[in-house]
Amino acid sequence: MTLPMLPYLLALLLLVVGLYAIVAKRNVIKIIVGLAILDYAVNLILVLVGYRTTPGAAPMAPILTGGMANEPALVAGAVDPLPQALVLTSIVISLSVTALLVALGLRLYEKYGTFDTERMRNLRG
Amino acid sequence: MQKLLPLLVAIPLAGGFLVPILGRLTGTRRGAAVLPILMVAAVLVLSLALLAGPDETLVLWIGGWEFPIGISLLADGLTRYLLVIVAVVSLLALLFSMDYMRQYTSPSLYYGLFMLMLAGMNGVVLAGDLFNIFVFIEIAGIASYALVAFGTEADELEASLKYLTLGTVASTFILIGIAVVYNVTGQLNWAKVAEAIAAGGGPSMPLYVAAAFFLMGFGLKAAMVPFHAWLPDAHPSAPAPISAMLSGVLIKACGVYALARVVFSVFGGSEVFGWVLVALGGASMVVGVFLAVGQWDFKRLLAYHSISQMGYVVLALGAAAVMQARGTSEAVVALAIFGGLFHLANHAIFKSLLFLCSGSVEYATGTRQLKLLGGLGRKMPVTGACLRIAALSISGVPPLNGFWSKLIIVLALVLGGFYTLAVITVIVSFVTLLSFAKVQRYVLGGEPTAAVEQAREVPAAMCLASLALAVLCFASSLIILPAVKSRLVDPAVRVVQAGPPPRAKAPPRVVAAERPGAVAAQAAVPPARLERTSP
Repeated sequence: MTLPMLPYLLALLLLVVGLYAIVAKRNVIKIIVGLAILDYAVNLILVLVGYRTTPGAAPMAPILTGGMANEPALVAGAVDPLPQALVLTSIVISLSVTALLVALGLRLYEKYGTFDTERMRNLRG
Repeated sequence: MQKLLPLLVAIPLAGGFLVPILGRLTGTRRGAAVLPILMVAAVLVLSLALLAGPDETLVLWIGGWEFPIGISLLADGLTRYLLVIVAVVSLLALLFSMDYMRQYTSPSLYYGLFMLMLAGMNGVVLAGDLFNIFVFIEIAGIASYALVAFGTEADELEASLKYLTLGTVASTFILIGIAVVYNVTGQLNWAKVAEAIAAGGGPSMPLYVAAAFFLMGFGLKAAMVPFHAWLPDAHPSAPAPISAMLSGVLIKACGVYALARVVFSVFGGSEVFGWVLVALGGASMVVGVFLAVGQWDFKRLLAYHSISQMGYVVLALGAAAVMQARGTSEAVVALAIFGGLFHLANHAIFKSLLFLCSGSVEYATGTRQLKLLGGLGRKMPVTGACLRIAALSISGVPPLNGFWSKLIIVLALVLGGFYTLAVITVIVSFVTLLSFAKVQRYVLGGEPTAAVEQAREVPAAMCLASLALAVLCFASSLIILPAVKSRLVDPAVRVVQAGPPPRAKAPPRVVAAERPGAVAAQAAVPPARLERTSP
């Protein structure tokens, strides 16, 4: 087990924390927080997939500075921009999902007067 | 022709925003359905034109940006087949909504969400890369979460919360799968991913991990047992036309289609994947039907049958993959795939008809508890007749469409040597018949109960939508004729059967051995375009 694997393991740990909150918690708000943690974990994994360093150099952002002269160094050393673009999209999606979840949670609170999912059990069988 | 592909997504997407705005400006309630119906009719015409066109794979690189910069829309046989099914069911569900949705407030918001869901589903089947499949699944998903909660009563909200939570977990799994695939192959375009995997001599260990995440994610979306917990809550809680859309097409486009695409076209349907699909499908088929028998809520019963019937489709596809790996003759493999895809279309028809009928019954009587209903066969002759046709069709009674597709699946299983599975399939079909005998007995038969005294036949548009689907229950039996089959279904069957591109045609693998490989692929990008590589 080398150190470079450590960020992945931590991201996976975060994933498990999020899943645990969704499965084990009864409070709607805590479930929403769990889903948010889950999203962060996936976004982290995506960013890690694109990350790389060249030995002896600082990690380079995929931004072209100083005109085309910089381009070979950028291609050789910069982190992969594509997963970052994916993460941006994914963040927007999770924002809308979270907004919908919070709206649902509030509506449920109006109906039941509680955030406890154990007491929202009309549907069974 | 491929210039028209974006319209299939753009028209409903524009509708998703135009319809609520126009509804707000004009303040119309009844007229809110006009624009959506016209738009979906246009989508249907486009889809039919695609299906009638020559059987070739159309690829459109959006904005003229070619691989590896651009993103693509792709229409092959499987896509066209799905597009037509989605458009037909959507149009009839909209027609039904015109009168049905008068029970609810803000119809223009409803139609806006409906169009958004349609845009998402069309996008899923057209998307040429894995990440856009994820994005469109989320678009369709978010619209459907909101539509399930559209009644905003306690039950609807609770069902929507459950659906939303599990749906988000599913899409998270899908995204992890995409991340792993991208890490290993350096590609997102699924055709290129397939080439990279084939060039590497089949899936490696990390790719099996990705496949496991995909199977869990799409399995949740398709409500395969053991990932089915949300479906029996979510589908009955939605307004009836939305139940028809969810059970009829959403679980197919976002679940089964995506599953089939990833397993067959990307990873290649090996024996391992085949058995996993057989297990998922078989379990769904059996568990779904036995849970359905005990239900007394009309729509909940139908929802459990959706799980069971989708089990047939996945089982047939999985069996086909196993047969292919074992070297069974290509004709039998094609028969199994044909059975699965044929049943997928049939299920879209008869299950949406059943949900529309349950909506008509609820509209007329105000209840969907089977024990409170009775004698509706005489009170509502049109709905009653449609319900009978749909019930016979799902139970597999000849000469309706459900019989033929189940027959083909059983036939393919026997020819492929899966005798036990064939017997189970037949038994499940009998239990389905039993369950729908109960539905007919309690809804249509007997004396009118107190709840149905005031019941009258539903408005003409609702009857028309049901009748059209009932006619389709008969008409789609014609797919069994070789002339019709070769035109409509065979292109889709060929896509599933062909699997990923053959190894010989694969280009040299662009993936560098060191992590992360993707930048190496982008080194090939002309310098002038480098700053535009992000989508």
